[in-house]
This record gives sequence, C-alpha cells and structure tokens, in this order.
Amino acid sequence: MFFNALLIALREIRRNLMRAFLTVLGVIIGVAAVITMVTLGQGTTQAVKNQISSLGSNLLVLRPGSGFGPRSTSAGVPRFTTQDAQAVMEQVSGVAAVAPVAQTSLSTIYLQTARTTQITGSTPDYFQIGKWTIGEGRLFTDLDLRSGAAVCVIGETVRRQLFGSENPIGAKIRIGKSSCEVIGLLTAKGQSGMGDQDDTIVVPLSTLQRRLTGRTSARSVNQINISAEDNTNSDAMIGEITSLMRQRRNLSPNEDDNFSVFDTRQIAETLSSSTKMMTMLLAAVAGVSLLVGGIGIMNIMLVSVTERTREIGIRLAIGARAREVLLQFLVEAITLSCVGGVVGIGIALGLCYFLAQVIQVPFQFDTRINVIAFIFSAAVGVLFGFTPARRAAKLDPIEALRHE
Amino acid sequence: MSVAPSTPPPLIELRRLTKTYGKGDAAFQALRGINLTINKGEFVAVMGPSGSGKSTLMNLLGCLDTPTTGSYLYQGIPVETLDADQRSLLRRHALGFIFQGFNLLARTSALENVELPLLYRGIPRNERHALARDALASVGLPTKMRNTPAELSGGQQQRVAIARAIVTGPSTLFADEPTGNLDSSTTEDIMELLTRLNEDRGITVLMVTHEDDVASYAKRTVRVKDGHIESDLSKAK
Repeated sequence: MFFNALLIALREIRRNLMRAFLTVLGVIIGVAAVITMVTLGQGTTQAVKNQISSLGSNLLVLRPGSGFGPRSTSAGVPRFTTQDAQAVMEQVSGVAAVAPVAQTSLSTIYLQTARTTQITGSTPDYFQIGKWTIGEGRLFTDLDLRSGAAVCVIGETVRRQLFGSENPIGAKIRIGKSSCEVIGLLTAKGQSGMGDQDDTIVVPLSTLQRRLTGRTSARSVNQINISAEDNTNSDAMIGEITSLMRQRRNLSPNEDDNFSVFDTRQIAETLSSSTKMMTMLLAAVAGVSLLVGGIGIMNIMLVSVTERTREIGIRLAIGARAREVLLQFLVEAITLSCVGGVVGIGIALGLCYFLAQVIQVPFQFDTRINVIAFIFSAAVGVLFGFTPARRAAKLDPIEALRHE
Repeated sequence: MSVAPSTPPPLIELRRLTKTYGKGDAAFQALRGINLTINKGEFVAVMGPSGSGKSTLMNLLGCLDTPTTGSYLYQGIPVETLDADQRSLLRRHALGFIFQGFNLLARTSALENVELPLLYRGIPRNERHALARDALASVGLPTKMRNTPAELSGGQQQRVAIARAIVTGPSTLFADEPTGNLDSSTTEDIMELLTRLNEDRGITVLMVTHEDDVASYAKRTVRVKDGHIESDLSKAK
C-alpha cells in the first residue's frame, strides 16, 4: 500500500513539475541556509581556534600599559627589562618558559629589494613559546644571544618578498644600518587575526639592542611571552604575575596596574564561544526560513486539495479508501520536502565549499547538521502535509465528483 | 467480499429504500421507498426529470452513498451496513463508473488513467500494463495509449473512461449520462460499445439518461419521479 501510494504520489508530482518545484523552493532555501550558516559558522570557529593556537598554547603575554585593543594606553608607561622576564621565570610557579620580546620596525634590504619589516628581538625560548618550527637552516642559540651575533631567522613572507626563488640561507640582508646573516627560515603559520604572522624577522635580543636599535638600556622589552605548563590554573598564574610585577614596578596599593596580562586560552574561549553563539543565531534565522518553506508546502497542498477535489472524487469512486487518499497526499508532501531537503543539502555543500574559500575559513563537512536538516525537512513534510491530506481524505465522493 | 450462497441472489435488490437529506423542517426526502430488483446481465436505463431522485438512486446503487432506511443487497451483501472503506473496496472490486464529464485525470496518459484502478488493487506492473492495454484495445483505442485527455476527442475520452471502468472486470457498470457531452454520431458509437460490453461480456449496465434515443439501447427502462418508481418496462424480446 505504501509503495502504491509512493507511485501514485510520484505520478501526481510529475503531472505538475513546475508547481512542485515552486513548492519545494522554500524548503530548498531553508535547508541550504541552515546548513550553510552552521557549516561556515563552524569553519569560522575552527579558524579562530587555529589562529589562537598557532600563537602558542598556554601562552600568556605581559605588556606595559592597560587594556588590549583600541583602549590600550602604553604611552609614558615604563617598559619591561630582561630581569623582569628572569623574575617571572624564577618566581612564578607553573611557568614553562619565558621570553622577553623587543620589537621595532626597520627597513630590510636584499640586493635591490627593500621593504619594512617588524623585527623581533628575543631569546631562543621565543620559538618554543610561540610554537615556531624551523623550516630550513637553524634557529639562533644562547651562544648567538650572548655574543649578539649578526644572525637572523626570517618568516615565509619575508623570504618570498626578498628572495623570491633564491635560497635565503647564508645570504646577508641589510636590516636598518647593519648587515645580518640569514641562518634559518621559519615554517609558515599563515594569517591570524593579528595579521600575517609570517611577515617577521627574529634576531637575538642582544643583537637587536646593540646593532639594530642601539637602545641598550635595560628597559627595552616591549612584552614578555610566557608559556605555562600544561594543566596550570591560568587565573592563579595571572594573579602571581600581577603581584610580582606590581612589586617590581613599585606600584603602591592604590595605583592601577600599568601593565596587562593576556591569556590566549581565555581569548580563544571567548572568541570561539562568541562565534558559536553567532552561528546559533544565524542558524535560528535560517531555521525560520525552513519553517516558512514548510508553510509554503502546506499552502500549496491545501490549494491543491481544493483544486484536485474532482480528482480525489474520481479516486474514491473507483475504489480508493480514505486512508489511501490520505497516504497519497502525505507521501506527496513528504516526497516534495525530502527532495527539497536533498537539493538544499547539495546546494549548501556547493555554496559552503565556494564561500569557505572566499572568506578563508576551513570547509568542514558536518554530518550531524546535514542529517538534522534532512530529518527536519522530512518532518516539515509530515507536519505540514498532514492537514491537507486529512482534508482530502475526508471528502465525500459524491460531493467531490460534483465539484467543478 | 466473496460471499457465495448456493443459489445466487439477484445482483441488486432494493427493499423500501429511502433517502432523506437534511434534518427537521429542512429535510428533503429524495427517495420515498424504492423496491427494485436487477439481475445479472441486465442493461437498465434509469430515466426521470431533474429532481426526480434518479441521481440519488444511482449514487446509492453505486455504493457511493448509504440509504436512510431500507435495505440494499448487492450480490447478497447488505450495503447499508458497510462503512466508507468497505464500500470503497466493494466499488474497487465489483463496480465500474462512467461519468458525463469523463472525469479522466488531466495531463495523464490514457494508459495511466486506465491503470489507476489496478494501482489501488495492487496489481504488479507488468500485469497492470497488459490489462490496461487490453482494455484500451477493446474500446478501440489501441494507438492512443500515450495521449493525454487534452489530446483526445470527447468520444475518445469517454472510451478511455470506459476502459478504466472495465479494466478490473467489474460485474456492474454505472453510467451517469455517458453521452451527455457527446454529439449524436459519437453517442451511437459509445452506446454500441456499452451494448457490446453488456452482451459479449455479460456486464450488467445501469445507465442514467434523460434522452429516449439513448435509453432505447437498454433492455429495460426504469422511470423515476418524485422519489418513486413511476414505471418499469422491459423491452419485448
């Protein structure tokens, strides 16, 4: 009986393909919208997570001034010293590594090519904390750091722009007024929310101070990167670092902190929870369009029952039972909505694949949301097909046959 | 539905059948006690002016409706005790219908129209096609199977409708003004087809008409007026 109903329903749909298409358009759009929103939302969340974790896991950043972003004020606030970094390493519990970081922007020249690059001076621990790995050549060592050797490690963007297809290892580039030998090429990390991470040149801190900036005073450290050991409570650690720094910077109890500690893990959680919320919001909006699509099916099916009253009369007269008419209309609605679901999924996947490349987020196929969207579209068919189907089944054959 | 007593009862037996529409003051008695017996193989024309109750009588005979009082035995089955689904099954297995307006499914080929009752009987695809083709051939339309009603003349559409009515091999054919929408030469064709079905296949034909020409094809004419049977004349052999 079900197979027959399916056959009859399919013939009815075939009889009016255009109307069938317009009927399911709402469901197609609804399903496609829900899946696209959720898939892209999850891709964005994943992208944010990737970016944050590429900065380094368990990374805490200590900066002078207060706040992060547009409200930060670091003007006139004393910077840190290498001794501050040393103190954090020795006095704060759960610290795995500490790297004092000094940064400056200088013009770099290789042969005829010149560009301005962010130069970072730090210690060898900088690479470990920031999860940098060496692609070619070598990283600088403690020996280079002590001697203030004229060596540098460059990022992928710098290599591409200065060297093109040449091998950079061993080449001498001009940074500011000094010459520096390229000893290593960092493995590319890609874009992050904070710009191109690969547009960087890293030199030993001592080299930056003595040769490049000439700023040899102790207070030349812009920030201190700290990596925590696994399973440490970052709140407790931030507390310890804060009190240590207040003490070292001679702040009286009624003065505000003139430095800030950022926990990338917290930032990651905040960002990913906000993108998740955004995803949910968009999916809910898209879900409304799926609902509207379902109402569209009900509308067309109701119109169709009236329009096809005589047809129903014929079916009843030649011996269709009420339940068979009910089943036929229900199966028609479900078939339409399921086809709409499948087409919607297809469109959504194509759209996601395309949009993921445009907005540069990973394309993640999520089976769950696809299954949910499909089940939902089928449920739409059952839900909104039932009323019209019951109305069709309740028709009196004599009345239906008399209907014009 | 296969109740088979030893001595076959008449095909149709109506006893003091009444049908009342509405209730109270607005009640309208369309049939006021009909007694009628029709045997297998008869060709009966039901005639009467509009409002006489002939349509109501045909709807009752066709098991589309139930009487208010009285009894209706179809092959010994008390129709008035059947519910809507049981009457559907009775129509599916034993009755065929032809209408004035043909009532074919639009945008559906002749073959699929004829297949429709077989679909409800759950006949497998191949057998269904074969039966539908045979039925179309027997009404003289072997070459029009792929055509939709819009591509067929009125007479051809009525032939498709007849094919649909006889494809299940019914014992009774109900024809409601079967030639009402047709010109006179097509009317003759259709009436000859119905006569042939009645004589060659032994299908009982019950036909409503208001044209004497058409009624003359039948072997028996029942005239209805004001809910009563006014006359019941069989043609001399």
